[in-house]
Amino acid sequence: MSVSKGIDPRGPRVGASITAVLLAAVVLLGASTAGLWLLTFIMLSFLLGTLRGAEGSWQGMLFKKFVRPRLGPPGEMEDRRPPRFAQGVGLFVTAVGVLLGFFGVLPAVPIAAAVAFVAAALNAVVGLCLGCEMYLLMRRAGLVRA
Amino acid sequence: MLGQVIALVVLVLGTAALGVWWSARQGAVRAPREVPAGIDWSSAGITLAERVTFVQFSAEVCAACRSTARVLGGLTGSSSGVGHRELLVDDHLDLVRKLGVLRTPTVLVVDGGGREVARMSGVVSDTQARQALNRVPLTAGAEADGEGQS
Repeated sequence: MSVSKGIDPRGPRVGASITAVLLAAVVLLGASTAGLWLLTFIMLSFLLGTLRGAEGSWQGMLFKKFVRPRLGPPGEMEDRRPPRFAQGVGLFVTAVGVLLGFFGVLPAVPIAAAVAFVAAALNAVVGLCLGCEMYLLMRRAGLVRA
Repeated sequence: MLGQVIALVVLVLGTAALGVWWSARQGAVRAPREVPAGIDWSSAGITLAERVTFVQFSAEVCAACRSTARVLGGLTGSSSGVGHRELLVDDHLDLVRKLGVLRTPTVLVVDGGGREVARMSGVVSDTQARQALNRVPLTAGAEADGEGQS
């Protein structure tokens, strides 16, 4: 994997704020079919971000096209792997909600959205990457491999 | 609908509280954790510096590890007897368990004798690193030098 230049660190944070707003909407929709569909859409966005990296998700594209041209160059570039790992954690959390939702457990939809909201909002506002914080704990528990 | 609005407000407030708490803890210099004595640093491939060694536990998926490594690396260049060693947690899981390291980056401040004198976790600023450095007296390194060999 080539990590020559890295990505603009503000990209994933802008993307996370868009995602956080959508997740808040799922919480407002509550245990409903509409909420389930919106969460499914968010899950697919995380899938795209996991496969292509945060900069390859549609939120990343929006940042590149509309936000970045209005900003100065970033102070430094960031490795693309941490934000991509975070996308994978988002995918896992939302997928659990979506799966349970499609099996008829609709209350799981706003709950999964709430968990993902905490992670996305913290990422957007204070730059916390919850998935990265949890990485070592998951490694210690044998839940993920290097 | 009212229930959902209340749920969202509680969620936002809880998230904000979590964010403030987390931000305040970043890189704060804490007391060392009680760990079984006699960590064999050399078997982990770490040669200790004379006075202080910042032993940093990092992961590939950790963006804060990069900036922390830059800060600590800069400090070793400007102070004598100070070293910085970075370990990937994936390669040293046994050491991670033994030392009770829970997140990356975690930085152990180790004196010349191999004893942990402080630890920091989260992104470390230059000020915090210097604060940690001041916990080790200037003479300690030379005195304790022989003890680390056993």
